[in-house]
Amino acid sequence: MEDTHHEEHHHEELGFWRKYVFSVDHKVIGIQYAITGLLFLFFGFCLMMLMRWQLAFPGRALPIIGGLFGDSRMPSGVMLPEFYNQLGAMHGTIMVFLGVVPLGVGGFGNFVVPLQIGAPDMAFPRLNMASYWSFFLGGVTMLVSFFVPGGAAQAGWTAYPPLAETTPAPGQALWLIGMVFLITSSLLGSVNFITTIIQLRAKGLSFMRLPFFVWSQLVTAFLLLLAFPPLEAAGFMQLMDIVAGTSFFLPSGLVVSGQALEVAGGGSPILWQHLFWFLAHPEVYVLILPALGIVSEIVANNTRKPLWGYKSLVYSVVFLGFMSFIVWAHHMFITGMGTVMSSFFQTTTMIISIPSVVILTVLLLSLWGGSIRFNTPMLFALAFLPMFAIGGLTGLPLGLSSTDIHLHDTYYVIGHFHYVVAPGSIFALFAGIYYWYPKATGRKMSELLGKLHFWPSFICMNFIFFPMLIQGMAGLNRRMYDGGASYAHAQPVLHLNGVISAAAWIMALAQVFFVINFFRSLKKGERVGTNPWQATTLEWAAPSPPPHGNFATEPTVYRGPYEYSVPGAAQDFSPQFNPDGGSLSENQTA
Amino acid sequence: MSHEIDIDKHVRTYLFVFGSLLALTFITVGISYLHLSVVPAIGLALAVATVKGSLVACYFMHLLSERKLIYAVMLLTVLFFFFVLLGPLVTETNPIEL
Amino acid sequence: MSAAAIPYTVEPRPDSGLNNVKIGIWLFLASEVMLFGALFAGYILLRVGAETWPRGAEFLSVPWATTNTVVLISSSVTMVLAWAALMKKNFSRYKLFMGLTVLAGFGFLGIKYIEYTSKFHHGYFPSTNTFLSIYFLMTGLHALHVIGGMVVNAYFWGPGSKMWKTHPQQFINRVEIAGLFWHFVDLVWIFLFPILYLL
Repeated sequence: MEDTHHEEHHHEELGFWRKYVFSVDHKVIGIQYAITGLLFLFFGFCLMMLMRWQLAFPGRALPIIGGLFGDSRMPSGVMLPEFYNQLGAMHGTIMVFLGVVPLGVGGFGNFVVPLQIGAPDMAFPRLNMASYWSFFLGGVTMLVSFFVPGGAAQAGWTAYPPLAETTPAPGQALWLIGMVFLITSSLLGSVNFITTIIQLRAKGLSFMRLPFFVWSQLVTAFLLLLAFPPLEAAGFMQLMDIVAGTSFFLPSGLVVSGQALEVAGGGSPILWQHLFWFLAHPEVYVLILPALGIVSEIVANNTRKPLWGYKSLVYSVVFLGFMSFIVWAHHMFITGMGTVMSSFFQTTTMIISIPSVVILTVLLLSLWGGSIRFNTPMLFALAFLPMFAIGGLTGLPLGLSSTDIHLHDTYYVIGHFHYVVAPGSIFALFAGIYYWYPKATGRKMSELLGKLHFWPSFICMNFIFFPMLIQGMAGLNRRMYDGGASYAHAQPVLHLNGVISAAAWIMALAQVFFVINFFRSLKKGERVGTNPWQATTLEWAAPSPPPHGNFATEPTVYRGPYEYSVPGAAQDFSPQFNPDGGSLSENQTA
Repeated sequence: MSHEIDIDKHVRTYLFVFGSLLALTFITVGISYLHLSVVPAIGLALAVATVKGSLVACYFMHLLSERKLIYAVMLLTVLFFFFVLLGPLVTETNPIEL
Repeated sequence: MSAAAIPYTVEPRPDSGLNNVKIGIWLFLASEVMLFGALFAGYILLRVGAETWPRGAEFLSVPWATTNTVVLISSSVTMVLAWAALMKKNFSRYKLFMGLTVLAGFGFLGIKYIEYTSKFHHGYFPSTNTFLSIYFLMTGLHALHVIGGMVVNAYFWGPGSKMWKTHPQQFINRVEIAGLFWHFVDLVWIFLFPILYLL
C-alpha cells in the first residue's frame, strides 16, 4: 500500500491469481468470503439433514445414500451414535463460525463497508487478504477432521470438558486448531474494520451520518476484537490438556467409563465454560448485528421514508454491544452458581433485552405509513422482524434462572436460538444478497425465482423451529441420539420429529431456486445502472460493479443516510452524495 | 508528535524509567525473600508490578501523550479485562444459599 | 498495491489525530490484553480452587527469572532508544540499538531454554500439576510473542531498514509500532514474573 504512487499506473496488469484468488481488493475478498460462507452454510445444512433422518426414523437405514458413509460412520446405512455426535458438533461449529459470521461480517462487511463510507479500500488490504486465507485454512482444518481416526469433534460446538477431552483426541485437537485459525482471521478482520471506519470515512461523513449497517459492523468488530481472545486462551488450554496431558479442565478423581483418568487433576471444567461463554455470548450478537444492519438498510430503502429513530438505533446498538460482555453466565445457571451472581446475570440479561426491543421497534415503526415496495430483499427483511421477535422473546424465559432450570438443554433452547439465527440472521443475509447482488455484478436477481425461494423457506422455517419449542417445553432433551424415543415423557411430542424433518427437507428443495437464481442472474439477470433501488447511501454512487479503487472521484457527503421522501425534493430520495438534495438524477434503471 | 528538540529530554526520561524499573525489579524480588503471608505478598507484588507496568506503558509506549481515541479503546479494554479476570472468580466463589 | 491511494497510511487524519497503523496496533494490543487477561483469569481460578498451591520458587529458579526480567527491560529501553535515534536522524545509532534489542531477545530466549530444560531434567512437565501447566502455557505463549517481536525487529534492523532512505517518516512510524508491540511483551512479562515466580 505504501508504494501506491509507483504502482498506480500498472495495476491493470494483475494476473488471474492476484486478481481473483490472492486479491487485496476488499470487494473480491468480500465475495470470496460470501461464497465460501454460503458453501459452508449449505454443508452445515446437509449435516443437519442427515441428523434429522436419525431423529425422525431412529435406527432405520438411510435409503440410497446411506451406504456411502462407510462402516465407521453408518454401517449398512444406520447411523452410529458417535457419528450423530460428530454431525451435531460440526453443524453448530460450521453454521456459526464458518457460515453466518463469514457471510455477515467477512462477506457483507468487506464488500459494503468501504463503499458505504466512501473509501477506496480497507485500511490494510493485505491484512484483509490474510484474514480471508486464515479463515479458509480454519475451514479446511474443520473439514479434514472428519477423516482422522475417531472422526470429527463430538462434544458439541461448545466443546465442554471433560467430555471434549475424553472423546477421540485427533478430531477435537483439529477442532481447536481450526478455531485458532478462525480466531486469528476474526482478529485481523476486526482490527481492519475498526481502523477503516474511523479513518477512511469520506469528507462530510460524520459518525451520525453513517448508515446503520456501518454502525452495526463497527460494534461487531469490537465484539470480535475483545471477546474472541479469551476463547483462544481457553483453546490453548484445552489443546494442552489433549496434547500435553495437562489438567486445566480436568478435576481430580475423574472417572470415565468406570476407569479413573490418569491425569494430575486439579483443573476446573467451569473455567472453560466461563471463557467459552465470554466469547460465545457476544458471538450471538456478532451473528445478529450485521443482520440488523442489513435489514435497516433494506427497510429504509423500500419504505421510501427515513428510519424512525436513527439515533435510538445507534445508541441501542452501542449499548447492546457493551452489555453483551456482562451477560455470559446466563448460559451457566445450572452449574451451581450462587444466588447473588445469578441475580446479577439475570438482571443484565433483562437489561440487554431493552436495546434489542428498541431496535426492533424502530424497524417496525419505520414501516408505518410507508409506501412499501414488496421486492424479494424486502420480503426477507420483513420476515426477519417477526422471526427475530419470536427468537428474542423466547429467550427471556431462558434468561431467568428459575425457568431456565426446566428449559435448559431441551429442544426449547434449540428452537429459541435458531429463531434468532436461522429465519433471523440467515433471512437477513439472503435479503442482503438480493439487495447488493446488483452492486456486485451489475445485474439484478430474478424476482420470480426470489419469491419462489422466499415463501417455501419462510413457511418451512416455522414448521422446523416452532415444534421444537413445543417439544422442549414437554421436556425433550436436545442431545438424544434417538430423538427421545426411549423416554416415556417424550412420547406425546415424538410425532413432531417427523414434521420437523420433512419441513427441513422441503426447505432444502426451496434453496434450489436460490442457487439457480444466483448463477442464472450472472449471465441473464436484468442489467442495472449505478443505483437500481433508488437508494441514498454511498455504495450506490459507485459503478456497478465498482472498479478497483471504487469511486471515480472521492465522494463528499452532504446529509444523513436515509433522506427519503424529503418534502420539496424533486424525487423521493436524496442521496448522501448529491449536493443539491436529490434533484440530480443518477442514471437509474428504467 | 514529538519535536526533534525534545528527543534528548525524552532519552533522559527513558534512562530514568529504565533505572526505576531495575530498582523495582530488585525490590519485588527482595520482598519475596521476606516470606510474607499470602495476602500482603500478593498485594505488594501486584502493586510493584502495576507501577512497573504503568511506567512502561506511560513512557516507553508514549501513552502519556497519546490521542483520546486510543485512551477510549484502552479504557474499554481494561474494563473488559477486569470482567474476564474477576467475573469467573466472583461467580465461582459466590456460595449457593438455600 | 491498490488502485487508489489509501489515505492516512503515514500522515495522521486530522479529526482522529492518528494514522492507520497506530490505531491498528493499539487495537491489536487491546485483543492481546484480553488474551492474557483470560490466562490470568485461568490462573486465579485454578489457584483458588487448588487445595495447595506451590510457591514459584519450589519449582522455578528466581535468579534466572530475575536475570531475564533485567534482560527484557533492557531490551525495551534499547528499543525506545533506537526509535529516538531515528527521530534524531542518526541511522548508525539506530542500527546499534535495534541490534542490541534483537540480541537481548536472543538472550531472553536462551535463558528460557535453560530454564525449560532444567525443569524437564528434574521431571517437571506441564502435566505434573496445574501450577506447572499454567507456568508452561503462560511463559510459552509469552515466548512465542517474544519470537514474533524479534522477527519484526530483525526485519527492521536488516532488510526493512532500506526504507529509511526512501520513506523516512513511514520507517520511523513502523519502528514505533514494532516498539509498541515489544514494550507490550515486556509489560506482560512484568506481571508474569511475580505471579509465577515470586508468589
